[in-house]
Amino acid sequence: MIDFTSASISFDMIYPEIALLVAAFVILLFATSRSLSKLAPLLGLIGLTVALITSIGQWGNQASGFFGMITCDNFGAAFKVVFVSISILAVLMAVRYFSVKHISRPELYALLLISTMGMMVMANTTDLIVMFLGLEIMSLPLYVMAGFARRSLESNEAGIKYFIMGAFASGFLLLGITFLFGATGTTDLRNVAADFSYIVGEFPLYVYTGVGLILIGFGFKIGAVPFHSWIPDVYQGAPTPITAFFSVGPKAAGFAVMLRIFLYGFAEMPELSTLFWILAVLTMTVGNVLALRQENVKRMLAYSSIAHAGYVMVALAVGGQESISAAMFYLIGYALFNTGAFAVITLMENRQGGKALVSELAGMARTSPYLSAVLALFMFSLAGFPPTVGFFGKFYLFSAAVKSGFIWLAVIGVMNSFISVYYYFRVIKAAYLDPAEKEFAPVTYAPTLVLVLVITAVGTVGLGFFPETVLDVSRLALFPFK
Amino acid sequence: MEDQILTLVTFFPLLGVLLLLLVPKDRHDSIRAVSLIVAFVTMLLSFLLWGMYDPMGSGMQFEVDVPWISSFGIHYHLGIDGISLLLIVLTTILQVLAILASWKSITTGVKGYFISMLMLQTGMIGVFCALDLFMFYVFWEVMLIPMYFLIGVWGGPRRVYAAIKFVLFTMFGSLLMLVAILYLMFEFQRYSGTFSLDIMQLMQMPITHEVQMYLFGAFALAFAIKVPLWPFHTWLPDAHVQAPTAGSVILAGVLLKMGTYGFIRICLPVFPDASITFVPYICILSLIAIVYGALVAMVQKDVKSLVAFSSVSHMGFVMLGMFALNMQGLQGSVLQMINHGISTGALFLVVGMIYDRRHTRMIADFGGLAKSVPVFSAVFLIVTLSSIGLPFTNGFVGEFLVLLGSFNANAWYGIIAASGVILSACYMLWMFQRVVFGKITKPENENLKDLDWRERIILFPLIILIFWIGIYPSPLLDRVEPSLKAVMSHMAKARTVEYDEENQQLRKFVESDEEPVTITLSRESR
Repeated sequence: MIDFTSASISFDMIYPEIALLVAAFVILLFATSRSLSKLAPLLGLIGLTVALITSIGQWGNQASGFFGMITCDNFGAAFKVVFVSISILAVLMAVRYFSVKHISRPELYALLLISTMGMMVMANTTDLIVMFLGLEIMSLPLYVMAGFARRSLESNEAGIKYFIMGAFASGFLLLGITFLFGATGTTDLRNVAADFSYIVGEFPLYVYTGVGLILIGFGFKIGAVPFHSWIPDVYQGAPTPITAFFSVGPKAAGFAVMLRIFLYGFAEMPELSTLFWILAVLTMTVGNVLALRQENVKRMLAYSSIAHAGYVMVALAVGGQESISAAMFYLIGYALFNTGAFAVITLMENRQGGKALVSELAGMARTSPYLSAVLALFMFSLAGFPPTVGFFGKFYLFSAAVKSGFIWLAVIGVMNSFISVYYYFRVIKAAYLDPAEKEFAPVTYAPTLVLVLVITAVGTVGLGFFPETVLDVSRLALFPFK
Repeated sequence: MEDQILTLVTFFPLLGVLLLLLVPKDRHDSIRAVSLIVAFVTMLLSFLLWGMYDPMGSGMQFEVDVPWISSFGIHYHLGIDGISLLLIVLTTILQVLAILASWKSITTGVKGYFISMLMLQTGMIGVFCALDLFMFYVFWEVMLIPMYFLIGVWGGPRRVYAAIKFVLFTMFGSLLMLVAILYLMFEFQRYSGTFSLDIMQLMQMPITHEVQMYLFGAFALAFAIKVPLWPFHTWLPDAHVQAPTAGSVILAGVLLKMGTYGFIRICLPVFPDASITFVPYICILSLIAIVYGALVAMVQKDVKSLVAFSSVSHMGFVMLGMFALNMQGLQGSVLQMINHGISTGALFLVVGMIYDRRHTRMIADFGGLAKSVPVFSAVFLIVTLSSIGLPFTNGFVGEFLVLLGSFNANAWYGIIAASGVILSACYMLWMFQRVVFGKITKPENENLKDLDWRERIILFPLIILIFWIGIYPSPLLDRVEPSLKAVMSHMAKARTVEYDEENQQLRKFVESDEEPVTITLSRESR
């Protein structure tokens, strides 16, 4: 059992965070020199690798320290590994892209690392205030990164839009925490969970208002409908490797926190299940329907990311250990194939004048058969075709729903992936079926991007065939239930 | 060998895909040769399977059962009975012919085309030997992807529309089937305490009638779209007409059978009560399909779409025979699956050959072909007659058994279905008359080349099969009978039916006050 009041300041709980922070500061120091700043991506990778190893080392270690502010458990450790892996892929994608676009600055990698550190903080605590701090540490660099292409109007728009919306959402979140504090006198979810029935009985208005506001705050971050309106513009405007990072990293972090708050702290609030049922259905349906007619692949993937958030929200509606594991498995899979899809777009955008329109893909299959095969693979996985991890993720997620009797939710879920087949196939159709008006300009394969493609493609197929190992990890990656 | 042969037959084409990846993409002839050899070896393997199969055995043979994803009780479980055996052999034979048929007509993207063909074959054979529902689903979905490309890249003018329509229709049904599979998984866990998606184990599980109805509905929708049963057939004319010749052959010959196979392998044994409740509905839909398909076929101007609609009609026969739920009907149904594969496959091949020469398929553009291409016309005649079901051709045996079975189940079914046979004679012969007989009205038809050696080689085995099954069908029926008996006697274990050994049919009980009242599905005992 966790020691609630542990005052031990044991730094091994936050080694990964420290590693990232140190690496980020070293990068910033190096940034002062033109020659040293070229090492920034390498330093970033080193920092991330150290963080990865230390995060893996935290597996199986269950402790609480810093006066209960930091709590280590398998759930947090597993999510840390996910965040770091996503970040590594993002660094690998960014190197070439930013130099081709002449916006390469070493600060980018520092921001990326700090943002990743924020996610880790979020996953590593049961305290709402620390979660909020983590969220802000994660978000502030993201705002800057979204607007990193300073000369591009769209990128500026993305940065500003993301900042205003994000700041607004943070306000909601903080207000919600305040209300809860008013009702409970604590910001620690463990205390909330322990006395939940009493608190609800005494201060129902405060608790419901607080939970509602927290939900709105995180709803913005993960892009749940009706808080999704910022997503398409920000995703489209931001530099593509950053978009790839946006679409999986903060989303996974948001879900990690939401799973912990709503399935642990407020596990005894039955209304939440119904609420998440509605939100999940709304999110996946709106995301999928709006994605149908997008002409820009990035924008389409933005809407698709809304839809995928909807699928994961099924886990929040269903609740229980099974769905936590399912959500984690799905997020891991999603991180793989979605990053892969963005990596293909990055490759295309590295060419002169590439805008990532669906129509630009015409003739791709003839000139670059392997790249288009990989793109098709990611699209099949996004659409949930076997034998990819996209299919098994859905299998697992909806099986958790069916197991707990949420059969209609599962039916609506699969019907949504039916809708999604159409727009993912549009990409494949453009690459394979459409006649090319002008020749598909060959892409130059940057080695780092090829590495990303290989990792994600192998992961997508490999986890589809042999999900067992990750499945076992996701089953153990739980926070302690009461 | 016993253990590995099914794995080998299923995945040998996939091995061929790996081989093809090594061949440079501009060496078209090597690509064709490699895929032909792979398909041929797969066919020989399937013949070996036929030889090794014990026709007396009623259970599954050559079973392989290895745990795959053990936390969900998912196994790599393959096994075949007589029904699957026939369909696998049909698949491998048609595949060789389809590859031969696309030898000259596919000139762009040759490598991708043959990769798709071979992947498709693995998917198809996999569906026929999977005994785990998860595997079944994986193969079922996997085969959509190569078919999408076959129609979409190498198809006719409206190929893009037809391809996506095909995918969306199939997906719609199969996703609901996925939910049903998940439900079955947990139902089995509640029943036995362990996870399993093994069809053989799921069959043993009692399911309440109401739940069976829902699950049957979900599975049946997926299968009915694939068959396709009226009114889910609308994807079929598009897909058939737009697909390249080999695609149509495989689509009509094998893919449609996956639907009927699903009914016989999953719906009947796992949901026996629901199957019996659904008998009248499915029979009526089948009858509508028979008559409607025939009537629509009659007014087609394009030979290929005529054949496509005739498929709707013929598959109606397959479904009707199956849901007559007696031995004749079921035997006829399985035999008719094979026959339809042979006859319709042959028809599409013949149409493809004439299209290669004239680049049109409109009936009005032909006439008098008997004079210019006599060998072609003779073959066309044999194939047409087999499709109609003339005695001594394969179609006769199957249709006769189906009609016998449906008469036994309900005289009206038999009468209406018999009218479908007459209608099929009308549209086929009328088409044949307009294309082959009469005077040559178009000068283009005068100097057509007759069939060359390659085309004769393609059609020859089919003609042999047409007559062989027409005259001596017992090798097929013998292998199917024990398996069908097993299906029926298993259904009889269900609450509401019993197996009548004497008449080889299922009797239905309606439970009322403990004392079962017998409502038979047969005419004699009424």
